[in-house]
Amino acid sequence: MSMKISTRQVDGVTIVDCSGRITLGEGSVTLRETVVQLLGKSQKKILLNLGDVNYIDSSGIGELVSAFTTVRKQGGDLKLLNLTKKVHDLLQITKLYTVFEVKDDEASAVKSFN
Amino acid sequence: MFQTRRAIPRIFAMTDSRFSYTLDSTLETVDTAEQTASRIAADAGFDEDEVMRISMAVREAAVNAVLHGNAYDPNKKVRLDFENRGRDLIITIRDQGCGLDVSRIPDPLAPENLLKTSGRGIFLIRSFMDEVQIRPSQTGTEIQLIKHVHGPSAGGKEASREHED
Repeated sequence: MSMKISTRQVDGVTIVDCSGRITLGEGSVTLRETVVQLLGKSQKKILLNLGDVNYIDSSGIGELVSAFTTVRKQGGDLKLLNLTKKVHDLLQITKLYTVFEVKDDEASAVKSFN
Repeated sequence: MFQTRRAIPRIFAMTDSRFSYTLDSTLETVDTAEQTASRIAADAGFDEDEVMRISMAVREAAVNAVLHGNAYDPNKKVRLDFENRGRDLIITIRDQGCGLDVSRIPDPLAPENLLKTSGRGIFLIRSFMDEVQIRPSQTGTEIQLIKHVHGPSAGGKEASREHED
């Protein structure tokens, strides 16, 4: 299953709902293009909802890091929402769990940007 | 399942416990390697989490072979061997690249490397498998991954033997 992305706005925060796989090739590219487009529209408060992402490989992890650093460099912030156990475990063993701000409740996650 | 098998272009040898494939240096090969590993690991009796770890390790090794080893060169192939030795599942991936110097791969857990966008593949492979050997082969680099069978079917056999005793 390839990756699908849709975006929505909640109180000035762009929530990016992702589903499928973030892997080398299509998934990583889709995520990268989405983040670039959002930054191009000055939408710099980004909440990546990974609740329906069932698989991420090392390229996908790299893409999350890239998105995070790109947004931060432009004065914005990118947080993660609703990690599945698999993705949570991956971020734990790569020590990235402490790098990203990870949320499990959308309303409080949105509020945390303001 | 049948689609996965059809996607594999060339089968060198196939016995009950050994499968060997030669694949092109493409992204499709990466997916094929992952799917094949997933099927073989499940058949070997590993549980769902272990199947995911094994298939991800094989995917990462295949990525290394296709991208970093063979650099997508259409004239170079990736050789994939799966062998079930009862207590061990042994997977070997060979490329025809210029070689991989593992000592030059930075530690992805070092604070200065945490925000790097690449360099986690070998680390993940080592995290998910019981034994990992990376060595030069006659044609490029060979990486051998070993997972000890602790899955339900292996445990079930042990349990039933104990019961019979």
